[in-house]
This record gives sequence, structure tokens and C-alpha cells, in this order.
Amino acid sequence: MLSTDLFTQIGLGHYLVLSALLFCCGMAGVLLRRNAIVLLMSIELMLNAVNVSFVAFSRYLGQQEGQIMVFFVMTIAAAEAAVGLALAVSIFKRFREVNIRYFEHLKG
Amino acid sequence: MNHPILMATLLLAPFVGFLINGLRYKRHSANLAGVIATTAVVISFISAILLVVDLVGLPPETRVISVKFFEWISVASLKINAGFVLDPVSAIMILVITGVGSLIHLFSIGYMHHDAGAAKYFAYLNLFLFNMLILVLGDSLPVMFVGWEGVGLCSYLLIGFWFTDDQKAAAGMKAFVTNRVGDAAFLLGMFILFLSFGTLTFSEINQLAPTDPTLAWMNPVTLGTLFLFIGATGKSAQIPLYVWLPDAMAGPTPVSALIHAATMVTAGVYMIVRLNPLFLAAPNTMMIIAIIGALTVLLGATIGMTQWDIKKVLAYSTVSQLGYMFLACGVGAFGAAMFHLMTHAFFKALMFLGSGSVIHAMHEEQDIRKMGGLKKYLPITHWTFFFGWVAIIGLPPFAGFFSKDEILAFAFFSPLGHEALWAVGALGATLTAFYMTRLMALTFWGKSRVPKDTHPHESPPTMSIPLIVLGVLSIVGGWIGIPHVIGAILPGHPENFLEHWLHHSIKPIPGLTPFDVTTEWVLMGVSVTLAICSAFVAYHMYVQAPQKPEKVAKAIGPVYKVIYNKYFVDEAYFAGIINPLVKASKGLWYYIDVNFIDKTTYVISDVVRGGGSLVRSLQNGNIQVYAMYISLGLVATLLFLLVR
Amino acid sequence: MLLSAVVFLPMLFALIVALWPNQRTLRPLALGFALIEFALSLGIFYYFDPSSSALQLVERYPWIERFGITYFFGIDGISLWLVILTTFLTPVALLGAWKSIEERVRGFLACVFILEAAMLGTFLAMDAVFFYLFWELSLVPMYFMIGIWGGARRIYATVKFFIFTMVGSVLMLVAIIYMMFLTAEAFGTMSASLLDFYRLDIPFISGQFLSPQTLMFSAFALAFAIKVPVFPLHTWLPDAHVEAPTPGSVILAGVMLKMGTYGFMRWVMPVFPEATVHYAWFFMLIGVIGIIYGALVAMVQPDIKKLVAYSSVSHMGYILIGLFALNEFGVTGGLYQMLNHGISTGALFLLVGMIYERTHSREISRYGGLAGVLPFFTIAFFIVTLSSIAVPMTNGFIGEFLILLGAFQANSVWGYFAVSGVVLGAVYMLWMFKRVFFGPQGELVKDEHHPLHDLSVREMFVLAPMIVLVFWMGLYPSFFLNYSKASLDHFVKNQAHYELAIQSGKEVAQ
Repeated sequence: MLSTDLFTQIGLGHYLVLSALLFCCGMAGVLLRRNAIVLLMSIELMLNAVNVSFVAFSRYLGQQEGQIMVFFVMTIAAAEAAVGLALAVSIFKRFREVNIRYFEHLKG
Repeated sequence: MNHPILMATLLLAPFVGFLINGLRYKRHSANLAGVIATTAVVISFISAILLVVDLVGLPPETRVISVKFFEWISVASLKINAGFVLDPVSAIMILVITGVGSLIHLFSIGYMHHDAGAAKYFAYLNLFLFNMLILVLGDSLPVMFVGWEGVGLCSYLLIGFWFTDDQKAAAGMKAFVTNRVGDAAFLLGMFILFLSFGTLTFSEINQLAPTDPTLAWMNPVTLGTLFLFIGATGKSAQIPLYVWLPDAMAGPTPVSALIHAATMVTAGVYMIVRLNPLFLAAPNTMMIIAIIGALTVLLGATIGMTQWDIKKVLAYSTVSQLGYMFLACGVGAFGAAMFHLMTHAFFKALMFLGSGSVIHAMHEEQDIRKMGGLKKYLPITHWTFFFGWVAIIGLPPFAGFFSKDEILAFAFFSPLGHEALWAVGALGATLTAFYMTRLMALTFWGKSRVPKDTHPHESPPTMSIPLIVLGVLSIVGGWIGIPHVIGAILPGHPENFLEHWLHHSIKPIPGLTPFDVTTEWVLMGVSVTLAICSAFVAYHMYVQAPQKPEKVAKAIGPVYKVIYNKYFVDEAYFAGIINPLVKASKGLWYYIDVNFIDKTTYVISDVVRGGGSLVRSLQNGNIQVYAMYISLGLVATLLFLLVR
Repeated sequence: MLLSAVVFLPMLFALIVALWPNQRTLRPLALGFALIEFALSLGIFYYFDPSSSALQLVERYPWIERFGITYFFGIDGISLWLVILTTFLTPVALLGAWKSIEERVRGFLACVFILEAAMLGTFLAMDAVFFYLFWELSLVPMYFMIGIWGGARRIYATVKFFIFTMVGSVLMLVAIIYMMFLTAEAFGTMSASLLDFYRLDIPFISGQFLSPQTLMFSAFALAFAIKVPVFPLHTWLPDAHVEAPTPGSVILAGVMLKMGTYGFMRWVMPVFPEATVHYAWFFMLIGVIGIIYGALVAMVQPDIKKLVAYSSVSHMGYILIGLFALNEFGVTGGLYQMLNHGISTGALFLLVGMIYERTHSREISRYGGLAGVLPFFTIAFFIVTLSSIAVPMTNGFIGEFLILLGAFQANSVWGYFAVSGVVLGAVYMLWMFKRVFFGPQGELVKDEHHPLHDLSVREMFVLAPMIVLVFWMGLYPSFFLNYSKASLDHFVKNQAHYELAIQSGKEVAQ
């Protein structure tokens, strides 16, 4: 629930708006950018936006599960970044650039 | 002997002959094949005689021998037996068929002896007789139809016997297809009769036939008989389906004698006589039959006057004579029709065989302009042909006189007849006398126009014996039906045997009054005088003054041309029916099948394919675009939830 | 057990043939199998009671109980002869095509057996889903037969064939599912049994196309009409025939087309009685159009095989008007004509195949004067031609006569128009016959480098049974019709409320 006095107290609503904004930023990056590194960072941004809302809800509802989920997300994100960066590095080594269109060369 | 066995022998003897010759046809010599075939027919003839003798022994009221072999078709109320019935009418027919048939088979042995396909020829001929006997003896319309189509089939095979000649093969096909038009009408006639009477057996139809004539056109009796008559015009070469018969002369000449003169072409007449009570109940049909018959008499006779091919002349003569028979049927004189059918079988078979003998002698030459004076080379042929000639032009006391005269008398006196019909008949007789004399004169008399390298010779005995027998029959054949007026003045007062014989099979014409004796004598005198005068004119023109015919032809120029070209009927059929049909069919195939239906299905498949390619562009493999779709979907879902 | 054996034995044969190691003995083996199958199907006569109109030799086991789908075979007078026709034509086609298939023989023979099983299943299955299964299964081997062993444009032909038939089938499937829901509504439990379909009372509103019965009727009728094929939907047939190898054509024309007319008899007319009566005029109309149109188009074909294919369109038109005449004559004639057409057109395709093997051409204009060179072939062809144009004493006449009589009784207008097919049939067949067999010798016939040989002993063995049947069926139709009489009587008399009982007594000894 959005709090009625939006300007006097930082409530759940603020966090959710922040989360939405962060998510939109990330999504825009994913959709528009061609650089793999930037893409990975954008995905990271989206994941973290979700994390913010998880934490906010966890606090708001007084439950632990949301925060546990955050750890899961962070772990997954780290793993994903590792794999993604490795790919990016190998692409960079080959083409001196990390544009995602070079990923097409991965297919057999 | 018992009847089923005799009947089976009668029917199956030619069939067995067909099988023997047909299955082993390559290994038979022509003579052996001929002997086998002839024996088969003679066996048939003997069984026919035995059967008829038994028939004569029965009391006149119940003079019927019927034999049922097995049940052929049995569906719901339709029950058709493979049943055969011999009564006075069919007795005449089987005697003519097997008798004349035997003679023609005998003749063929000589005629075909140097033909490589003789065995095949005899096989077909036997098959024809088998079918003809089925036609004649069948006890119901469908069984008759079996023979009806069967004889058409054999006719097809025999006309196209020398199949390597394209024209002969085409003539066979023309005959079959034209006959098929009639057969289709025959089928319709059967359906109409079956649905109104519930039976197709002759005896039952005749019993159920209404006794009061109906004048309505859409009445089942009128319609049914009309369709049957159309069937008959096909088989019996009447207007408008006569066109196949002249072309049918492409077959071997004995075939023309047997099939296209004596037997098959009379099937239509026979069928009408068989159903005479039914036809009498439909005066409208009778009127049409009489008119068509009369017109055909004139048509055949006029064309016959102009033809140069000996067989074509005889063919048109047959068309014309068949017209007489239908004229007789149309005025209700069924007995006279049967009588003329019989005498015609004798003299026309004789003349066809005679022409065969001539053609044989002339080494396959059929053009009478290249003949003349053959009398001295072919005495037997000439004299027998001579008796055929006097018979057909109706000189008393030869066969044709009695039968033709009876028809003319009925045409005049019958309440179904008309003076005009008599006049047409008499005119036809006059024309007949003319073209037949012309044929005699050009072939046998006058100066010889035979090419130098042709040496005509008389035919072997196997060919001349049938000629002589038929010649005798042409003389005496008419004596079984001597009309009362003549019988009255003859010593011993011979009665009309034929009339007596057919008495119980043929229904009298309602309202017929006895003939006025004086008028009958006058009519007879007029027609005979006309015929004799016309014969003299023809003799004068073609023997004494051979340059005259050309002058006459020139004088009546266009008329002659139209008649010479057979009234352009063939051309009209081609231009009016056949060519448009073929063209239309090509159009149907090209425009409807290939272009319309197929193209329509292509359109459907193109639409599907087009739709597919439209959607395909959405799946281009770019992950960012997919992500875009996902986000758009998300946004749309959110908006939807908000707006709701 | 017997019917299951009849249906599934060919499947087993297909498997054996597909795995058979020896290439040389393959053909005799397959022929032997086909003959065994034929003999087995003749065993049906032993148990079949011709006096009963009920469903006989029934085998019925639950299969998917939740939807009321059963494993359900049964036979009656309507399907009996079609089954025999199928098992009879298969060995004939195999022997006739002894030499025409040179490559991948194994696969071809397996296809033939699978096809045979599928067709038999179609004729015997009494459960809608089960029926549909066989109906669709029959498409697959035919698809391969044309697509792999076919002529030059085979891919086009197969795709056309497949798509045409699929369009109809899919609608039929929808209708079947709808019908199953209707049974659930009417009887409480869902059922796909044909006998339950018969008992359904499907609402019918005359003149309204969207009434359930009319819709279902149209869906079924469309599927069968494409298979028959009926006039505007027939264009797949000539292409399929021309491209198909000889045995494919024989089976396609001989049996597969009858699946359509059989479908009408079994699945349309009794299930949707009101719609059938109400729309009978339409089927009579397209039947008559088919007769005339097929004959006219056949007349101008330059290719013999295409001519025969179009003649099939014409003949199937006869069957259609016979069935929709809805009286004893028409229906009996229709059923009889199905058998006749199987025999005569099957034989025609065999003969065309034989001459094609010799000259590798089907163009009519290149022939001429064959009669002088191949006398036995000519005789055989002529007899079959006679059967095809329905000359009395051949089988064709009985069928055509009854059908025309039936059509005439139903409404004389149809009779008048349909009878023209009698003339046109003679025209196109005899014209073709004249151009191929008569006249001066054509270029293919007088080719001295390749002298033509008359029928071999094998070919005579193929044709002899066909010719015997032509005359047997023409001279003594009672033999054949007696087995179907009770069923057909029942069919016509109870058209409005058709039900099929199950014969219990004379069950097959298991």
C-alpha cells in the first residue's frame, strides 16, 4: 500500500518506485545497447531493482523470505556475470569489441 | 425334347461357336472356322424349327413356350429373370434369324476365305447371333436390352472389322455411339414403364396396358413408349438416328446383309410389335412413329437415288424399307410390319449378298459407275439379284408386293392412318422402284464399264447356294400373307396364314372397319402402276439413254446436290453437336479444372503462405527484439490491469 | 478375433517385409502374404449370416474409457464386399506391378500392406475415433507411394493429394469430437461408438445452415466428398493418378475412393437423417454434374491415365446419385457400382500400366493400331472397356441400371440428366479405344527397335480374375447382392431412424 503522506515519511511506495525506475533503466539498457558488458550491467541493474523490492516487501510484511530471495538472486547474478563476462572476454579477444552481434558466431 | 434344353441349345450353340473360334482364332484356317460357325448356327436353326413345331402343336390361345433359367436381378420389387419366351411373333424372328443367319454364314465361308482374320470374323458373327436371339427371345425389357446392346456391340466390332483403316474404325464407333443415344432413351423408357407398371416383363406390361388410349403427352404410357421408340430409332436407323447405318457399310458385306439388313436393324420394329397393346394405348406415340416412319421412307429413298456405292444404295434402301415397317407400326398394322420385316429380310439379305458377290467378283470395287453389263459374267448373281429387285419394287406376286401393299392398305384404312401417309408410302414405292432399277441397270445391264484389268468371275457354290435359296424365298416368301381381296379371287381361296398365326399375339386396332374391296383394288393398282412406270423411266434413263441422268441432275442442280450430300445431316450433327461438345469439353477442362478450381486452391494456399511469411518476420532470431516483445507484453498486461 | 486378424495381419506382414533380408524373394513373399490375407478375409463368409442386417463378428473392448472410445470392429452387408474387394485387389495390384517398381521394393511393399490394413480398418471400425485413426493412417502410405515411386511431378501431386484430403479430415475430427460431447449430453456418458451416434437425435432446423445437424453433416460430408471425389473437389485425383505408380493407382481408384462413398453410407446418411433428406438434392446435383463433367473432360484428355482418372470422377458421380436417391434401387446400385468400379477401373489402371511398361508413354496420339500387334492385350482392354461403359452382361450394367432407376424414381429430372452419362461414357472410352487400338500404327507401335510383346503369363494371371469377375458380377449379381440385401433393406427402410443391432449368437470361436 502506498502511504498517504508521501513527502513526510519514506515508506514502501518509495522503495517500489525506486525499484521500478531502476528496473526500467536496466530494461532500457538490455533492449537498446549492443555492448555485451553494458548488457550484463543492465541485467545486473534489473536484478538489483528486484532485490530492492524484495527487501522492501520483506521489511513491510515482516517476513524473512524476501531477504533470503535476495541472496539467491545475488548468487545467481554473480554466476551469470561470471559466465557472461567470460564470454565477453573471449569475444573481445577475437574481435576487439564486445558487440553482441558477434555472439552469432557461436552457433555451429 | 424338353423346352429348356432346346432353348438353351438354340441360344448357346452360336455362343459355343463364338468361344471355339474366338479362343483359338489364330490356329484355325478360315474354312475350318467357317464350318464351325456355320454348324453352330445350323444347330441353332434346327432347335428353332423343333421349338416352333412344338409351338404349332399348342392350342392357339396359349401358344407360348417360356423358359426361365435363373434369377438375374432381384432388388426390392424389381425381379428380372434370365427368362426366354417363344410366341408366334418371336417364332417368326428366330426362324428368320437362324435361317437367314445360316445362309449368310455359309456365304461368308466363300467370301472371307482369303481373309487372315476369318476366324475372328466368324466368332463375332456367332456372338452376334447369340445376342440377337437373346434380344428376340427375352421375356422382359431388360433381357431384351442385353441382346439389344449386345448386337450393337457386335455390330461395332464387325463394322470396324478391318480396324487398320481409320475410317472403318470410326464408322464402328459412330454406330455404337449413335445406338447408345437410342439405348439411353430405351433405358428411360424402361424406367418410366417400371415405375408406373411395377414390372418389365412383356406379358405383364401388355396385360397391364390400359385399354383406353390416352391422349395426354405427359402420361407414363405415352412418355414410356415414346422413349422406347427413340431407342428403336437408334437401332433401326430411323430419323434422327439413322446416320450410322450408311457408314456401317464399312464392314464386310455379309455383315451388312445379316446385321444391317435382315436382323439387327429390325429389332426396333420387333420391340414395338412385342409391346403392341402398350403402343396402341398411346395414340400420340403412334402418330409420331407413323410420321417418322413415313419421313424416313422418303429420306432413304431420295438419297438412295443419288448414291454411287452399291452398298450405300442398299443401305439407304434399308433405311427406307425400315421406314415402311415403322409406318406400319404407327398405323397399328403390327402384323404387316412383321410381314414386311420378314420379306425384307429375305430380299434385302439377298441383295446384300448379291452385292457381296459382285464386289467379290470385281475385286473389292464398290462403285457402280465402274460396273455395268455384269449380267453375262455373273449369271447366278444377276438372276437372284433380279428376284430381289422385283420383290423390293413390289411387283406381284413377289414377296415385297404383299407386305408393302398391306402396309399401304393399313395406312389408308386404319383409324390411326391417314391418306397422306398412304400417299407418302406410295411415293416411296415409286422412288424405290426408280433407285432399285437404277442399281440393277448400272450394275448388271447396259454397257460394261468394267476396267480392263478386272476380270469378273462367278462366285463359288458356298456363295451362290445362299443366293439361290434367298432368291426362292424372295419369290414365295410373300405367299404366307396373301391379303383377303386377292385370296378371294385365287383358286382354293388361300387365307392369310400370317394374320392367322399372329392373331393372338397382336391386338386389333380399335375401331378398324373391314377394308372397302374396290378402294383396296384401286390403291393396289395405283401403287403398282406407279412403281412399274418409275422402273421403266429408270431403265430408260440408265440403259437406253445413259446421258440423261446427268442432264436431270444438272437441271435440278441445288436439289440434287443436297440429296447427293445426304441432306448434310452428318455435317449438321458435327457442326451442331459433336464439335461444340468437344470444344466445350476442352474449355471445361482448361478453364474450370486447370484454371478455376486449381487456381482457387492455389489462392487458398497462397493466403496461408502469405500469412505465414507475415508472422515469420516476427521471429528473426534477434534476442533483443524478443526481449522487446516481452516487455511490450508486460506493459500491455499492466495497462490492461490498470484500465480494468 | 477374425476381424482383428484381418485388419492387423497386413501390419505384421509390413513389418516382416520391411525386415526381410533377402531382396530376391521379397516379391513372392509379399504376394504370398497378400494371398494369405485374401484367404483369411474369405473366412468371413463362413461366419457371416447374410440374412441378418445386424453388425456381425463384433469385437468390442474399452480403449480410452474416460472418453468412451472403444476398440470396436464389426461387419455387415455394406462393408462385407468392400473388405473382400480390398483384400482381392491387393494381391492383384502386387502381381500387376511386379516389374513397375524397381527401387526400394521393400519400402514399397511395406507401404502396400500398411495401406491395406488402414483401408480394412476404415471399413470395419465402428468407433468414430478408431475409424478416424484408420482413415488418416491410410493417407500416409499413399503419400509415400506417390511421393517416392511416382512420376515426374510427384511432389506436386502428393502435396495436393495430402492437403485436399487433410482439409476434409480435420473438419471431420472436429465434428466427431462435437458428436462425442453430444453423446455425453444425451446418454450421460461420453461415447465415440457409431451405434451411439445412430441413437443420437441431433437437432435439425430446416433451411438454417447453422443448426447443429447441418453443420455436423457438412463437416462429415465434406471429408467424404473430397475422398470420393465429388465434382468441384476432384482436381487432386487426376494428378494423383497420373503420378502414382500402377499399384498405387489401382488401390487408390479401386479402394480408397470407396472409402468416401462408404463413409457417406455409414457415417453420414444414417447419422444425420434429416439433413440427408433435406440436402439430398444437392448431392444429386453435384453427382449428376460429376457424371457429365467427368465424362466430357475425360473425352478430351491426351493422356490415357488421366482419361481413366476423369472417368472415375464420372463413375463416382453415379455412385453418389445412387446413394442419395435413398431408395432400394439406388442404394443397391450404388454399393454394387462401388465394387464394379473397383474391378473395372482397377483393371483399366493395370492395363494402362502394362502398356506404359512397354512403351513408357501414355500419350494417346502416339499410339494407334495396337490391336494388330497385341491381340490378347486388346481383348482384355476391350472387355474392361465394356465393363466400364456398362454393357449388359458385364458388371457395370447392373450397377448403372439400378442407380439410374433409383435416381429416376427419386426424381425423374436426375434420371433424365444422368442417363446422358451412358452415351458420354461410350463416347470417351470408345474414342480412346479407337485412337489407341485401331487405325494405322502409331509411332510407338511400329517402332522396330522395341517390338511390343503381348501379355505375359504373369499379366494374364493378373487380368484373368478381373475378367472373370466382370462377367460373373454381370451375369449373376444375386450371388453378390444376397449378402448385402438384408443390410441394404434395413438401411433404406429405416433411414429416418437407423439403428444397428449387434449380432450375438454366431460368434467366432476364439
